[in-house]
Parts: sequence; structure tokens; C-alpha cells
Amino acid sequence: MLKGYLARKWTNLIGNGLALLCVIAAIIPLGAMLFYVLQQGGSSLDLNFFTQLPKPEGETGGGMAGDILGTLLLIGLASCIGLPIGILGGIYLARSSNLGFSRMVRFVTDVIAGTPSIVAGVVAYALVVIPTGTFSAKAGAVALGILMFPTVTRATEETIKLVPPSIREAALALGVPEWKAMVRVILPAATNGIVTAIMLGIARVAGETAPLYLTVLGSSTFPNTLNGPIGALPVEIWHYAQSPYPDLHRQAWAGAFVLFSIIVILNLAARVLTFRLSNRVSAG
Amino acid sequence: METERIDAAPAPEDRADLDPAERGDSPIEAAALTGITVTPGLRPLAAPEHREAVARERRAEARPARREPRPPASGSGLGDRLFDTVTAAFAGLILVILAGLLLILVLQAREAIQHFGLGFLTGQTWDVNTNLFGAAPAIEGTLYTSLLALLLATPVGLMVSMFLTEMAPRSIRASLGFVVELLAAVPSIVYGLWALIVLVPLVRDYIQPPLLDHFGATPFFSGYPLGLGVFTAALILSIMILPTVASISRDVMLAVPNSQRDAMLALGATRWETTWKAVIPYARSGIVGAVVLALGRAVGETMAVQMVIGNTYAANWSVFNTGTTLPATIVTQFPEATTPLHEASLIELALILMVVTLILNAVARLLVWRMTTKAVA
Repeated sequence: MLKGYLARKWTNLIGNGLALLCVIAAIIPLGAMLFYVLQQGGSSLDLNFFTQLPKPEGETGGGMAGDILGTLLLIGLASCIGLPIGILGGIYLARSSNLGFSRMVRFVTDVIAGTPSIVAGVVAYALVVIPTGTFSAKAGAVALGILMFPTVTRATEETIKLVPPSIREAALALGVPEWKAMVRVILPAATNGIVTAIMLGIARVAGETAPLYLTVLGSSTFPNTLNGPIGALPVEIWHYAQSPYPDLHRQAWAGAFVLFSIIVILNLAARVLTFRLSNRVSAG
Repeated sequence: METERIDAAPAPEDRADLDPAERGDSPIEAAALTGITVTPGLRPLAAPEHREAVARERRAEARPARREPRPPASGSGLGDRLFDTVTAAFAGLILVILAGLLLILVLQAREAIQHFGLGFLTGQTWDVNTNLFGAAPAIEGTLYTSLLALLLATPVGLMVSMFLTEMAPRSIRASLGFVVELLAAVPSIVYGLWALIVLVPLVRDYIQPPLLDHFGATPFFSGYPLGLGVFTAALILSIMILPTVASISRDVMLAVPNSQRDAMLALGATRWETTWKAVIPYARSGIVGAVVLALGRAVGETMAVQMVIGNTYAANWSVFNTGTTLPATIVTQFPEATTPLHEASLIELALILMVVTLILNAVARLLVWRMTTKAVA
């Protein structure tokens, strides 16, 4: 009996130690990656990176200004596609009384969320690039829009469900129609959450590379058309990473640093907003 | 990645704010507080059908409370009807998008589908000059790298989530959990850049030579120390899917009712025994779901793999050889596709990828959903 006790005690100790070891084993590569991105990227960043176009291969200097603008443009265009579907779909899911249908929509949303991004790229290629005969920002926006909306839908649904029903009931009791209660009362109460949903959606697509390579291709000039190839930050990072020039590697790190910062900031801000929303809701 | 978050209604963090006794950290207090639930919490361990019954009972109790404040939205005015129609139309659009994705891929790939038939799946050659395309090496490469990555990432990820839910001090649980989720959101190009510039030389100089010296004769470890190859691809994939495995199984394990832990602790079980005999069996289906979801991510991962796998179109058992995967082949060749048949074949690769991940995701979602809705109710 005593021996059994000791054995169990040791198993517990060893097991817990093993779990801690695994945490450390997980932290080392991920920490190393973060370290490289911050150290290499941070030291490579300069003003030129944000203001200059790429120099011809082999020359040092230059920056990714065109690609940064391209990425911003693509995010804006993709939002025009992804956000309406995401937000309105999310509103439907949050208030639908048709349980079977909404369950199916929810399921399909999650399944689309897990679709590899390259598939969205191929579809956008088939849908836009083949008919128009050219790589274009529009095609990239379609690909990113498909990838963006599932995140927004689910986050919007969750956030509207967090609004206390008493608010809605109060509005309805005043004789306000259902839609007006939604637009004037519930949505304003959920503003933080919806902004969060939008930020998470943008963070989801900001770093996508493969679908953009298939649709906008990349370019070394400033984006000046929606109907031709434009540059995008992740695609440029990819090109630079595979080049043999150390100066381009340096810029790739800088690009990774910018991309990483955008995503961390969006996620952190989303986190803070959600926290405030749920605090306010539980206090109210 | 935030989209991978599951359907649990209360935020997992809420639980961290619970009273320590309620969380079951002190077995004595917990047993005293939850005296009534100890018995029903115990029996399920032995009798799964009883567990189902308890869960069903709790669901039934929770349902009216959840439904009541949200009566069917049935507006009668014109504005309400319009609003309902518009939102429902957008929800319906989501279903149309899925159907559209599949339809477009099938339509665009039809030339290859007609030309090669089912032989496309088993064809070994991929030759642009003779217009002969077969997907087998890419499919095998995808499975090989993904399963290897899963083999590496699952035990570690599971242990991490165990640490996060069962062992870590409460003060660091929430912040560590957030870091894990953040890592799941880092774009694959950043992982790829790091893998290509840091991991490849590391593998070439320090990992491959000793392995080749000792196991070079076995078919799994033959070849040359290139740095690039299946091994490095699997390694970076496992690093990438680790946060997915950890964060979803963390959510699932947080959804395990504390009565399960309390009962086990009240019997005098250690933390380790509680975790393995009460928490993990209860969360089993959700954990399997997390692993399948991670497999789906690994299968569809493009950039990081493409950058380090070497991109030679041939299947090989040796992990030190270069190879390819479905997404890597697509992204490497797509913009340079010359003939219509070449393009259609690449699109058919995307179709295969889409169907595989669709199945994986559907299975995973069902498993995770069942687990979390059971626990929430």
C-alpha cells in the first residue's frame, strides 16, 4: 500500500515535470522565431522601408512602400466583400429562430474557415483572373474576402449574443419595431464587439501569401490600378526570402516584423475591446 | 487563430475567476462544497451512458433558461420583414459560397478530370512537356509531412494544454493562453521565412549529420544533409500547428465540468491521475477534434512548406529527401502554367485539397461541438 502510494506520488511528479518540459520544448522554437523576427526585423527597419520602392536586384537600399500600400488597398477591398457577409450573417445567426438552418450556416461557416487559403486563391483566379485575362487587385480582394468572412461572422454572432436581452426587450416594450431595436439599440451596445470582429477578420487575412501570389502576382511599383498586378507585403517577403542577397533578406525580416506587428496589435486591441464589452455587460 | 475558436458560449477565462474551492484546487474544500455532486460525478467514470444521461439532463434544465429571453424574431411590419429577409439572404449566401467554391473548382478542373479520370489520383508522373499529370506524389507528400508533423505536435500540444488548464498557477493561465492563441495567428509566411533562413541551416549542420551517421542505412534517414526536405517541412509544420492543438484542446479541457475533477480529487487522486483518468477521458472526443483540425491546417499549409521542402515532384520514404505537397505544387507552378491541361490539373489538385480538408473540418467540428455543447449545457 505504501509502495503504491510512493509510486503514485512519483508518477505525479514525473508527469507534471514532463508537462512542464513540453511547455519549454514548445516555447523554444516559437520563442526563437519571435526573437528573430523582433531582432532581425526591428534592426532592419528604417524610414526607407516605408517610403521607397524596391531597388533593382543586387543593389542595396530601397523599401516596400508599394507593397505596403498594396496590402492596405487589398485589405480595404476585401473588407468590402468580407464584412457585409460576415456582419449580416452574424446578425442572422445571433437572432435566428430557425434552429436547423442557422446550425447549418454555422457549420458551413466553420468549415469554410478551415479551407486552405490556397484554395481561395485558385477559386478567385478561376472567377476573376481567367475571365478578365489579367492578374488584378480585384481578384486578390475576392480571395481575401472569402477568407475573411467566417471569422467576422462567428465573432459578430458571439458579440450580439453577449448583449443582455433586457436591453432588446426594453426597446420592444416601447413599441419600437424589431429591426429598429437591432439597428439603434443592440448594435450600438455591441459596437466594441463588432469592431473586434472586424479587426480579427483583418488580422486573419493580412498575412496571407499564397492566394495573393495566384491573384495579384506582385509588382515593384506603387499600386495604380485595380485591373492589373499590384504588390503585396507578404508576397514580397516571400520573393525576398528566396533571393540570394543578404540585403533582401534584411528587408524580408523587416517586412515580417511589420506584418507581425500589425497582427499582434489587431489581436491585442480585439482582446482589450472584448474584455471591456464583457465587463460592461456583466456589470449591467 | 481566432477563427478556430470553438462554440463555447462562456469565455473560458470566466472559469479562471471562479472561487478556488469551486475550481477544485483544494480537494478537501471542494469535496465539502460539492458533496452532492461527488456521487453523480463519480459514476460517469465507470458508466459512459450514465454520463450522457447526466449531460442530457443538464441540457434540458439549461434550455428553457437560455431560450426564454430570446423569443423567435418574428417582426410583423414591413421593416422587420425586410430586415429578416436581408440578414437571412446573407446567411444563405454563406451556403452558396461553399457550393460555389466546389462548383468552380470542378468546372475549371473538368478538362483534367475528363482526360485522366481516376488515374489522376494514382499517376506518378508530372510532366509538362508530354502533358502527363498524376497527383500521387503530391498526395503522398502531403500526407507524409502532415502526419509526421502531427506525430511531433500532438503529444507536446496536449501536454501544453494540460499544463495550461490543470497545472499552471491561475495568475499565468489566461495570459499564457492568450500567447498560445496569438501564435496560432502568426502568418505562415513569417514561419516560412524563419524556417528558410534559420531552421534549414540548423537542420543541415546539426541534426542531419548525426542522424545520417547512425541511421543512414535505414530507408527513412538516407540521403544527403541538404537542410531542405520533408524532415524540415514536417518540423516547421509541427511548430505551426502546435498552437492550434494546444489552444483548442485547452478550450475543450476547460469545458470539462469541475465535478469530474472534484470527484477524483476527493478520492485522494493526484493531479496527474485526475487529469488522465477524469479530464482527458471526458474531453476525449474534443481532443480528437482538435487534432483533426490541426491535421486540416497542416494539409492546407502552403508557404512555409513550399519554402523548405525543396519542391521535387517525387514521393520518397526518406525524410531527408526533397519532396512536394499539394499546396506547394500549386503555388510553385500555377502562375507559370503553360497549357490548359496543366492549369486544369493544378486546379484539380486544389479540388482534392478542398475535399480532403472539407471532410477533416466537418469531422473535427462535429467532435469539438459535441464536446463543448455538452459541457456548456
